[in-house]
Amino acid sequence: MGASRREILLSTTALAGVALVARGRGAWAQEPVKGGTLIVAADTEPRNLNPAMVASNGVFYVSSKVVEPLVEMDYETGLRPVLATEWGGSEDGLTYTVKLREGVTFSDGTPFTSEDVAFSAMQVWKPLQNLGRVVFPNLEAVDTPDPLTAVFTFSVPTPPQLIENALPALSSVLPKHLYDGSDIAENPLNMAPVGTGPFVFAEHRPGEFIRLERNPTYWGEGQPYLDAILYRVLPDAGAKAAALETGDIHLTAFSAVPLAEMPRLDALDDVTVVDKGYEGITYQITLEINHRRAELANPLVRQALRHAIDPQFIVDVVFMGYATAATGPVPSSAADFYTADVATYDFDIAAAEALLDEAGYPRGADGTRFSLRLRPAPWFEQTRAVGDYVRQALQKVGIAVELVTADPGGHIAAVYTDHDFDLAIGSPVYRNDPAISTTILFQGGLPAGVPFSNQFGYDDPEMNEIIAKGLRTIDSAERVAVYEEFQRKAAEDLPILVLVDFTFLTVARDEVRNVANNPRWATSSWADTWLQP
Amino acid sequence: MSWRRLGRRLLQAVPVLLLVAIGVFVLLELAQGDAVDAYLAGIGGAGDLTLAAELRQRYGLADSLGARFLTYATSLATLDLGWSIAFARPVLDVILERLPKTLLLMGSGILLAALLGIGLGALAALRRGRPTDTVVTTAALVLNATPGFWLGLLLIIVFSVELRWLPLGGFSTLDSRATGLAAVLDTARHLVLPAATLGLTYFALYLRLMRGAMLAAAESGWVTAAKARGLPTRRIVLRHMARPALLPVVTMLGLQSGTMLGGSVVVETVFAIPGLGSLAFEAVSQRDLPLLAGILLAGTVLVVLVNILVDIVYGRLDPRVGDNLGRVAGD
Repeated sequence: MGASRREILLSTTALAGVALVARGRGAWAQEPVKGGTLIVAADTEPRNLNPAMVASNGVFYVSSKVVEPLVEMDYETGLRPVLATEWGGSEDGLTYTVKLREGVTFSDGTPFTSEDVAFSAMQVWKPLQNLGRVVFPNLEAVDTPDPLTAVFTFSVPTPPQLIENALPALSSVLPKHLYDGSDIAENPLNMAPVGTGPFVFAEHRPGEFIRLERNPTYWGEGQPYLDAILYRVLPDAGAKAAALETGDIHLTAFSAVPLAEMPRLDALDDVTVVDKGYEGITYQITLEINHRRAELANPLVRQALRHAIDPQFIVDVVFMGYATAATGPVPSSAADFYTADVATYDFDIAAAEALLDEAGYPRGADGTRFSLRLRPAPWFEQTRAVGDYVRQALQKVGIAVELVTADPGGHIAAVYTDHDFDLAIGSPVYRNDPAISTTILFQGGLPAGVPFSNQFGYDDPEMNEIIAKGLRTIDSAERVAVYEEFQRKAAEDLPILVLVDFTFLTVARDEVRNVANNPRWATSSWADTWLQP
Repeated sequence: MSWRRLGRRLLQAVPVLLLVAIGVFVLLELAQGDAVDAYLAGIGGAGDLTLAAELRQRYGLADSLGARFLTYATSLATLDLGWSIAFARPVLDVILERLPKTLLLMGSGILLAALLGIGLGALAALRRGRPTDTVVTTAALVLNATPGFWLGLLLIIVFSVELRWLPLGGFSTLDSRATGLAAVLDTARHLVLPAATLGLTYFALYLRLMRGAMLAAAESGWVTAAKARGLPTRRIVLRHMARPALLPVVTMLGLQSGTMLGGSVVVETVFAIPGLGSLAFEAVSQRDLPLLAGILLAGTVLVVLVNILVDIVYGRLDPRVGDNLGRVAGD
């Protein structure tokens, strides 16, 4: 009897694996090869694919290949030119000048000029974009002295450092001639974007796929290498892992495959787990605290909570090592702003118990000091798991915790509008500068109903002043000092507990080349990505 | 089936629809968070209140409760399904796009379940108490207790990853431009695993019904009479036992087909088939009232149609029910 079908299959895959590894080693020096369709997994289909309006990772994952920003993040140089070739602010912080790349056209053939930048900034980024509203509230006008120069004018001094840090995510440029005069928010092009990018939007078959095709008139020399990118809708995480294994898809991003599957996938010959390429979009796990509860308004109790929770346990067990314990609201990966010189709190159950006693909450007859309702954010597997862990950890120091779960819409209404929580597990994103989406979690006096903001009842004049100072300090070094002060104040007051920093994982088959070669890779243009035939 | 009965059937559906419509509105109203909250959760917030306020205005969520109910009731009454908030497209388009896929998936799944159940149920009844009966009945119960997502993933691992015989998801080969027979075959290949998952998890129900009804028929007077007349066993089993035993099976088939439009969120998710189950789930989690109302309407129509169909089949299987009975009762 010959070998069974299964044995033959196994031995051929093993051989193929060896061949691929051998090819993989030799391929570092290889020239990129043109052609091929990259198939990647998508778990959701955004209802709006306009990245100038909706600056979110889910949208960028698809449309950053079609609509380009002025600059992109870079491992070596910090920022690298895309549509802008030079950029910089004035001494007084009132103007910011951008020189644009010559010879760029939109995929419909219309030349790209400073008019498009001015239109995008004034009509879209400032009034419509979710993040632009935060960064550009004082943008007064964008002047266009010539087709390749755009001058941003601000009504109050605005730190050039903030603008620069915001540009990669906030500055997607739309074609003015296709949007001007229309209701931008309802323009049908929001679902079929047109830009200057290496790919053009080709087709969206709802529930099945989105297809982008190579832009033959792209300005990048010889780029893009791929003929097309196909986003295959695969909602189930287990099915995504299987599809990677069979080669039905080449790549998943944003940890779309469960972390528990990673070691198994990484062990496969032709699949690699990549933990780089997300440095520009670091997430954190936080314990959000409602200061309206008398117990939680007491700083001693919040310090006790911090002592009772072990971030390293969350790193090791919940994130299986793919995370780091945090010291504060700026992640350690953000080298320009991060400081380790802040108050730290060891994992120390005895200290936690002592603080709770001192605060006047002794254990009752049943061993319980008081009870709290905890709402874990429902969107990540890990936010839910951290909820389970925090519940156990707090029970050890005599705080009873009731878990309350809701779907995403219900969760953000409960926490950020109705304040219907005692504790919540949050997952804020650090977007390259503390002023974009981080300080808003500490700023007092915000109206109820602003999602992912300080709805915690914490309002400290000193903290508010530090945050305001960061927005008006023009000198970059001075501004860094302000945010070091911010981190110290946050660690001292503990209005919320920042527990771990984490980024995502990409799982890619080895034939995909130039994976994770910039800090926002999954949300960058993929102009230099290629497929080994 | 007379036209009069058909009309009466349709009229009966109206109060049901009304009750469900009010229920859907109230439940969605009671859920914390609205469509704008769900959207903002998805895009990571908006920095201030203005975007949320603009969106609420645009979606009509800023109106009073009464005004919103009126809009909702009017759109239902006029069969104007309106615009889906979550998909930013007309509700009718979204539903029509998914309807054929759901019908094909659920139809083939339930049909497979019924065929397996009828065949194996009859076999188990004829071999009552013997090893075949035990094996078949136990297997059916074990499969029935197996979670659908687990069975689906297991089938994917065996048939798609290891053996590579069948595609692991989707409804047709991605981006394929096949037409005619090739396209039909392609879709059929994609349907094998999801339909098998549904069929295997559901056939226990039909098996139990069929087996029980066959055994009851075996004890009946007409079977004894048939045996006394010396009819061949084959004829007794098929005409005198299996045929009456099919009645409860058809009843159940009708009931299950009614829920068919609900789709199967689990199977649709595992096999990446964009069906109505996951659509309804999405409509709820996005608090998309117009879409949910549309799914509701479509579901009601289907349930009514299936019930009519079941009535017709009843009449064929058992001459005592159906038109005759209807006429006697009606006159």
